[in-house]
Amino acid sequence: MSSLTQYLQLYKEHSSVIDANSAPVLNALRPAAFEMLQGAKLPTTRTEGYEKTSIEDMLAPDLGVNLTRLHIPVNVASTFKCEVPRMSTIMGFVLNDAFLPAEGNASRLPEGVIFGSLAKVALEHPEIVERYYGKIAPDHNVGVALNTLLAQDGVFVYVPRGVRLEKPLQLVNIFSSSVPTAAFRRMLVVIEEDASAQILVCDHTQDCDRAYLSQQVVELSVARGASLELYDMEESSALTSRWSLTFAAQQSGSHLLVNGTTLSNGITRNDYTIDILGEHCDTFLGGMAIGSGHQHIDNDSTVNHRAPRCHSRQMFKYILDDDARGAFEGGITVHPGAILTEAYQSNRNLLASEGARMHTKPQLLIYCDDVKCSHGATTGQLDQDALFYMRQRGIAEKTARTMLMQAFMADVIDTVGLEGLRDRLRHLVEMRLHGRTSFCGDCHTQQF
Amino acid sequence: MQDILLDINDLHATIDGKEILKGINLRVHPGEVHAIMGPNGSGKSTLSMVLAGAPGYTVTGGSVNFHGKELLDLSPEDRSHEGLFLSFQYPVEIPGVTMVNFMRAAVNEKRKYFNEAPLSASDFLKLMRQKRAIVELDNKLASRSVNEGFSGGEKKRNEIFQMAMLEPRLAILDETDSGLDIDALRIVAGGVNTLKTDRNATIVITHYQRLLDYIKPDFVHVLYKGRIIRTGGPELALELEERGYDWLKEDADAK
Repeated sequence: MSSLTQYLQLYKEHSSVIDANSAPVLNALRPAAFEMLQGAKLPTTRTEGYEKTSIEDMLAPDLGVNLTRLHIPVNVASTFKCEVPRMSTIMGFVLNDAFLPAEGNASRLPEGVIFGSLAKVALEHPEIVERYYGKIAPDHNVGVALNTLLAQDGVFVYVPRGVRLEKPLQLVNIFSSSVPTAAFRRMLVVIEEDASAQILVCDHTQDCDRAYLSQQVVELSVARGASLELYDMEESSALTSRWSLTFAAQQSGSHLLVNGTTLSNGITRNDYTIDILGEHCDTFLGGMAIGSGHQHIDNDSTVNHRAPRCHSRQMFKYILDDDARGAFEGGITVHPGAILTEAYQSNRNLLASEGARMHTKPQLLIYCDDVKCSHGATTGQLDQDALFYMRQRGIAEKTARTMLMQAFMADVIDTVGLEGLRDRLRHLVEMRLHGRTSFCGDCHTQQF
Repeated sequence: MQDILLDINDLHATIDGKEILKGINLRVHPGEVHAIMGPNGSGKSTLSMVLAGAPGYTVTGGSVNFHGKELLDLSPEDRSHEGLFLSFQYPVEIPGVTMVNFMRAAVNEKRKYFNEAPLSASDFLKLMRQKRAIVELDNKLASRSVNEGFSGGEKKRNEIFQMAMLEPRLAILDETDSGLDIDALRIVAGGVNTLKTDRNATIVITHYQRLLDYIKPDFVHVLYKGRIIRTGGPELALELEERGYDWLKEDADAK
């Protein structure tokens, strides 16, 4: 029996409960998704592009889904401190899959800007959500269809034409439950013409001895001349599985930065697909992963150049220790007519132990003349000469290794556009390399 | 009897199973400058790497006493804390690690080893400022990555700067003159001479007599095929400059 069956069954038996606890705009797409998933298969390691991560296995456990939107009694804002020093943000929380605004948000947002519950906004302003929901993520994708079938809530960000958000939005996703739980989250970000926003998302887990599955679809609409920076950072637990699919559509003259960072997790598969649809766009897609223990981190990034004269850069870096597993598959496709494209991709990996493994597969597909493209992938160990040089100066081997690993991540941290976040990331990476992460609640003691 | 700082006794070492050092004997007292000369491949750099504890070298015999401690039992970092400094022939570039972070870690780890509190940020920066003046490095040094993009001369001056920061009992300068123009040579040698006291000692490894015009040795040793085949005063260096190594090689090979 396929892992998908349990979720199709769940929908079949509870579709009215699912619909009743969501919004008509979201409900409208469920039947088609259900149809699509009939006879569909989840990717396994025999599926091209998923060689290292079986989604079939990831979705196999029988987990609870909070279909009736039972209130889970936890005061996220007080139990959880995800502060970025020297950075003032407008915060929101998602508990499992339900959006909870931080107090006083409304007064701090410029007029017309929405940062709130997807389901709630879809009830209050269906005309806005309807225009974008499910329009960027392809409905024939199994992951998207599954999410569309079951997602009841999530986050909606809307920045109207010409509005430039000064303060970054910060979204804290928290898993917390008394039972093993699956959450299907949806995030929709719409940046209208000449508007701009910076969004920081952090994934955290409470009650780390429970199994969690996060399945999410993120849709990013970046209009002409708009600018969006999305930082997506995972600091979850060893029993958390995550399958995240991000789709972006970029119109002419826009700027998009997507950063995916995994500091701690169980099994993670992130899919990033960016479609560049207009001329003179600038795109950065990258991030870093630090794995130890049995962490498994798989990033798949695709940038599609469908318009001329655009520039894109992809940069992913991994440090893997112990028995950690890393995978990266990166693609650049330059479609016919996308002349004068400049597209670069790099994947560099550091293996800090005998047991760590990295699989990397960079790809370039160019259907057009007059373009500049390159890709490079390297996997290696710490520079032994540098290590000895540092030890000769009296720096203990462990410290020297940590300093070299931090240095390895320096350039990818430098691509972060928020100064406060850069400092925070340097600090988190340093802590992480010393075997600590910023867990919430009772998970503080977890060591890698 | 005068204290012995370094006492090398019948030291043998191999790399990849090949014996490079075949019985080195050398005694260094505080306040002395020793020059080790010799043709290419005689084992000069191997000796410095073995003393510093570089991985990849295997000691197969002999002992090294460093002011009362068994040097070969110590980790490279503890050898450093105990006062052994190696100025590398090829200083390593470390992109992403700034000089200030690198030196702060080095200085504070040494202080920790001797149960001293770390230096305050302002004291540390003051120390850096003071020491970099000795080798005329500018104030951009602190924020630059270790040796990255440094010219040949800057790299060697940076080695002497680090030596000044760590105040070793014994400094081994491995081919410090290679790749230096005459001005850089003067600055580097000037730095070494400034740091010289009657309590520390220096081993200068060099191909050429040139450096010894600036750093005056008390003893000159000739290393050939893994052994010291001749020891003399400063005049030996001048003789080598004039006559080359062949007369000594023939002598040694005949034995």
